[in-house]
Amino acid sequence: MRIPALALAALLALPAAAADSLFEGLGGKAGIGRIVETFVPLIQNDPRISESFKDTDIKNLSLRLKQQFCELAGGPCKYGGKDMTTIHDGLNITTAQFNALAEDLQDAMDRNGVPASVQNKLLAKLAPMQRQIVTK
Amino acid sequence: MKAAWILLALCGALSVQAQDMGKLTATGGVSQVEGAGGGGLVPWALITGYGTRDSWGANAHATLVRTQDYALDSAGVALGLADRVEISLARQEFRGSRAPLDQLRIRQDIAGVKLRVAGDAVYGQDEALPQIAVGVMVKRNRGVDGLGALGVGKVTQLGARSENGVDYYVAATRIDLARSLLWNATLRATKANQLGLLGFGGDQGGGYRAQLELSGAYLVHRRLVAGAEYRMKPANLGVDPEQDAWDVFVAWFPSKRWSLTAAYVSLGQITVFNPTRQRGLYLSAQAGF
Repeated sequence: MRIPALALAALLALPAAAADSLFEGLGGKAGIGRIVETFVPLIQNDPRISESFKDTDIKNLSLRLKQQFCELAGGPCKYGGKDMTTIHDGLNITTAQFNALAEDLQDAMDRNGVPASVQNKLLAKLAPMQRQIVTK
Repeated sequence: MKAAWILLALCGALSVQAQDMGKLTATGGVSQVEGAGGGGLVPWALITGYGTRDSWGANAHATLVRTQDYALDSAGVALGLADRVEISLARQEFRGSRAPLDQLRIRQDIAGVKLRVAGDAVYGQDEALPQIAVGVMVKRNRGVDGLGALGVGKVTQLGARSENGVDYYVAATRIDLARSLLWNATLRATKANQLGLLGFGGDQGGGYRAQLELSGAYLVHRRLVAGAEYRMKPANLGVDPEQDAWDVFVAWFPSKRWSLTAAYVSLGQITVFNPTRQRGLYLSAQAGF
């Protein structure tokens, strides 16, 4: 069974080659800025979730997302907004809506040329927030 | 397949609560060869389909395997409920393609149930615990055609102790997003010979055996997954020196409605009368709704 053993070994070796920091991978502050500027209009025009953002201060949302992504990515920023539980309290967000937002973020990162392996690193940081954000 | 109609009727009854197709692409896996959500050969802990915990999802699959001397086709339907319970139905047909077994045809029906019991492969990125599910596969061999000249119409006449069997398994799946990796380990208790196509138990053993099944995959991007699997199989039959199976696969998810999986698969030797290790192409299409 040498072939599958080799294939598995090759698979496990792949990520080790891409151990650069997430912040660099996203293109630093400027890259994160561009991703968020692409991301926010996608959210606003996504019929699955746009309703949840109709009363949102979009400028503030963009600022907080940039801070949050930068901090999560290990960059020199500090998220200054409210915690995830408080900010989503009473919005009755579903798992499907949470995932719709994640898909919009993936689209935004695709459009800014972020490689899938880097995208997944950011998603790995965001995914556990489902427990605070999804209350329905 | 009366049971398939019951399952479709169940989908209809549930459609008052419309499917949300809300899970992330590929996170329901594809349809493995026995109809459960998983990879190609191995059932995973992921619940099939794209319904979130508030919804449900269903799919149908068709799979064909072509080795040097045999063909294996599988078709079935599966339902995922609340990202918690999975119900699957599949029919397999195994055929010989080389004389003197070119008239051989063996069919098997498989009904599966899977329950997610712990962990969350997607949202538990910060936890060590993988997603864990337990499952059963109830298998009924429908008999052997094409060996009439030998007076053989049932797998029990080939040495199997029974035409029916139940597999029990526990599966652990982790999607490690930070490394773009998926891994799965499944432990199965089974008496099945060649998945049950040659019946259950035999002259070399009649009891349950614990078999390990492993999958590893790289998430190339959100619509493409590539990996390999290894599946142990017991050897209960004197006429069937059964060997472990493995595959190397690529699964493509153009949308949540469709997936296509292509693999190179090795099923090992199948009968003492033909020493060739059976290897070849595995192709599977899944339509989700």
